[in-house]
Amino acid sequence: MLAALDRLRPVRRTRTTSARRRESLTAFGMATPAVALLLVFLVVPVALAFALAFTDARLISPTPARFVGLRNFTRLFDDPVFYKSLRNTVYFAAVVVPLQAGLALVLALLVNAKVRGVNFFRTVYFLPVVTSMVVVSLLWTFLYRQDGLVNRVISTLTFGHFDGPDWLGDPATAMPAVILMSVWQGVGFHMVIWLAGLQTIPAELYEAADLDGATRWDRFRHVTWPCLRETRTFVLVTITIAAFSLFTQIRVMTQGGPLDSTTTVVHQAVHTGYDQQQTAYAAAISLIFFVLVLAVSLIQRFLTRERD
Amino acid sequence: MVFRIRRLAMASVAVASATTLVAGCASGSGGSTSGADGNTLTLWTHNAGNSAELDVVKKIIKDFNGSQDKYEVKLQAFPQTDYNSSVVAAASARKLPCLLDVDGPNVANWAWGGYLDPIDVSGSEVPLTDQLESTVGRYKDKLYAFGFYDVSLAFFSRKSVLNAYDIRIPTMDKPWTKAEFDAALAKLKKSGKFDYPLEMGTGGTGEWWSYGYSPQLQSFGGDLIDRGDHKSASGTLDGKNSVEWGKWFSSLAAKGYIAKKSAADPNPDFLAGKSAIHWDGSWNAAKNADKFGDDLAILPPVDFGDGPKIGGASWQWAMSSSCSNKEGAQAWLKFSRQNKYFVDYAKATGTLPATEAASQQVEGYEPGGKFNVLVRFAREYAQVRPVTPAYPYISTEFEKAAKDLLAGADPEEALGQAAKNIDNNLKTNDYYSG
Amino acid sequence: MAAFLKRLGGQGARIVLALVFVLPLVFMVVSSFKPDDQIFGDLDSLRAFLPLGDVSLDNYTGVFERVPAARFLLNSVLISTITVVLGIIVNSLAAFALSRMRWPGRKLVLTAVIATLIVPFETFALPLVWWVNQLPLLRANGFQLEWTTGWMDTYQVQILPFVANAFSIFFFHQYFRSIPKELDEAAIVDGAGWFTIYRRIVMPLSAPAVATVAILTFLPAWNSYLWPLMVVQSEELRPVMVGISYFFQLNVGWGQIMAYSSMITVPILALFVAFQRAFVSSIASTGVKG
Repeated sequence: MLAALDRLRPVRRTRTTSARRRESLTAFGMATPAVALLLVFLVVPVALAFALAFTDARLISPTPARFVGLRNFTRLFDDPVFYKSLRNTVYFAAVVVPLQAGLALVLALLVNAKVRGVNFFRTVYFLPVVTSMVVVSLLWTFLYRQDGLVNRVISTLTFGHFDGPDWLGDPATAMPAVILMSVWQGVGFHMVIWLAGLQTIPAELYEAADLDGATRWDRFRHVTWPCLRETRTFVLVTITIAAFSLFTQIRVMTQGGPLDSTTTVVHQAVHTGYDQQQTAYAAAISLIFFVLVLAVSLIQRFLTRERD
Repeated sequence: MVFRIRRLAMASVAVASATTLVAGCASGSGGSTSGADGNTLTLWTHNAGNSAELDVVKKIIKDFNGSQDKYEVKLQAFPQTDYNSSVVAAASARKLPCLLDVDGPNVANWAWGGYLDPIDVSGSEVPLTDQLESTVGRYKDKLYAFGFYDVSLAFFSRKSVLNAYDIRIPTMDKPWTKAEFDAALAKLKKSGKFDYPLEMGTGGTGEWWSYGYSPQLQSFGGDLIDRGDHKSASGTLDGKNSVEWGKWFSSLAAKGYIAKKSAADPNPDFLAGKSAIHWDGSWNAAKNADKFGDDLAILPPVDFGDGPKIGGASWQWAMSSSCSNKEGAQAWLKFSRQNKYFVDYAKATGTLPATEAASQQVEGYEPGGKFNVLVRFAREYAQVRPVTPAYPYISTEFEKAAKDLLAGADPEEALGQAAKNIDNNLKTNDYYSG
Repeated sequence: MAAFLKRLGGQGARIVLALVFVLPLVFMVVSSFKPDDQIFGDLDSLRAFLPLGDVSLDNYTGVFERVPAARFLLNSVLISTITVVLGIIVNSLAAFALSRMRWPGRKLVLTAVIATLIVPFETFALPLVWWVNQLPLLRANGFQLEWTTGWMDTYQVQILPFVANAFSIFFFHQYFRSIPKELDEAAIVDGAGWFTIYRRIVMPLSAPAVATVAILTFLPAWNSYLWPLMVVQSEELRPVMVGISYFFQLNVGWGQIMAYSSMITVPILALFVAFQRAFVSSIASTGVKG
């Protein structure tokens, strides 16, 4: 048998080698456009974030960029707005991640029931997701006015006993207002993801639980929740990264104010890098942001992997 | 088949290497031109939100395009808030239009950055020497821009209201002092008839903050930057006098004298009687006079110690350095310098004509006219914002500090941080010596 | 009885939540037909959500008189469509090579592509602005072609950075793997080349994956804001989202803002409702771990 194969080999090899070469060449050709584009528009700029952060590059300047060592970083660590941006970003993520993930799960459970019209409800909950964040921000800027719809509704529901604040104008309420709106816009997306997870849970498990006389809570606690482990990881990681990248709402609604109560890392990067043209300083902020996001997603991955 | 595969592979490699080639030889070339397609010149203006002024620009363009066959000017209007960023980004892309308008205090920065080229307007109908100094944009002794008008700031109020509350009507000889002004505001607030007795236009954005409020800072004896060498803000912007201003400014909001954020266009609120005193530009003078007639009082700025102050220099016209048709651009600039356009601008926008001759022709602004006092404010109180390429940065920092003050920030801290940031920016840019 | 009540409670919760999600959007569309003073006047009653009173298209005509909104819409349609089409071609080609062909470096490329998945665009957007401004550009000046520097303020700067997408590649890769390899082998025996296999066999079998990638590319392209805000200045190249944020700064009335908002939102919502199954399953599939 082996001898027979050996005898065949030389012939086969020539055929395979030329076919292999052709295959490799074609594969290279097919992969190259995507790889090249990723290199030019992702790898290089990420590398640039590292390089520019140590120079004094500006978007436009009559003098060429020079290497300045750690100057941008010492300035950054001495900049109170940067700490506020970091704090707000973490605050936003810390509230939005559990809130949005939890509410999305509730919605998913609600529309996973076998009753009439769930399809309709699922569609409605999803509507804000397909609405652009810019539009949503403009709309809610209006709703959040002191004399806006939100305060009118609050006043009506409390029979006029409570007057809402100037949501976006007060340092105490601006960030909560942005959080609420962001969850309103994004929760439908994760509802659908939870839903997909829920639908992978085999019905037999529930039937078995019912035979054991489990309550609804038991069923959730011992069947649904453990079965959603993978979905959970995904939901957490995606909401966290999106939350860290908070920008559009801030740019449209508050520009970081009042009193820096809503400034975020990305907002500060755009403000210093684009509005104030300090490219290098913004690169330093981007670099720290990059490390932050990387660290958080690695930690999350590590934590969820450990339980395997 | 083989041929097809090879062709595909070759094509992809070609595409890919073109992309990397594009990426590889990043530096090099440059120095290209833009802003004109042959003899069709592009013109940018910040006036998208101000149709009266935009109409004058349109009219000059129409007249110019009709007056000769060679050049054609095409207009593009931006909202004011994003205009400066757009120009900077376009400059970095070497895609500036040939002609553009520039806010007076930014001329130095744009000239330093190389966005603008010096212009020559000799031989135009209105000679440059006839113009108010604040309407001429110079940097390092070269002419880069000129404006058709300047604006004046004033307190607008109603005599009937001031009299009703027994508040003295100030004059240029005897303007309000800080104590008097504070007392007046307290009285008006106490009356309960006004949500906010003073309207400062805090809903505005961008340059308005520096334009509107830095003169008050200067009247307190403070300033944005040390004007001696333009090399540091520390000790000036966070100096004793500046902090005094900060305390006062922040108290306006704390005491409920002004709105932390007024309407985007606050004039209707004043016209409707919702506010008693309005700190505003001369551009609303005519509207106010139409509504209140003789009852309208145009009051000089408060003397906070260092004399009454208002800002000088408004929007001016310039030519980009990358313009591919400088002859055409110069032709347009020269053409526009006709007396009638100086008059048109002033009439349409309620601003102060840049020349004496035009002033005579704008009703109300002639000597003895009801708005002539605005011209006198501009002559006597105007102080230009610091002429330094760092100005745009200084302005964004001042705006942020002022907004923080209204939101309740500690004056020393807010102004101290702004001063520190400005010093850092100056240092980082080698004091803009380039 | 208890079960019935429970069910009723569930339905009640669904309805209340539905109102929370839909009413702001209803308010937006309804207000777009009303003059400003009526918008404010109606805030106190349910009329805020009903198209009653002085209803007209004035706000819409107002928007078109004020800004070239049609041009902005056209730009966004153009940019999103080209991004989607190029994205499908480029990413599926790469995924095809990665999932069905054998070549040296395949594993490495796949790992690298997946690694880039966790890099959000925002982390390198600012350096990218500086970078695209250094890229050389071939452009027509009159009848001459000339090399210049800087991609700012062009169509391609709004399209090319978003064509290759690690997620799309990964998604196609997972999908292609589920198509039996025997099909390729049979085709090769019949003398077909790899490109033919890609075009005639794999792609036609991957319609759902194409739909998913199309939807997931289209939405961010249509909604993109941060990027065009920084790299597009000319009005004739401006996409809708930057257009509306500039429009907002013109001190226009809220009615006109609502009209503009509705104009760029309702068509997308309609598309979504029409193809909601595809939309929802696309989103759902992003969560399925590979």
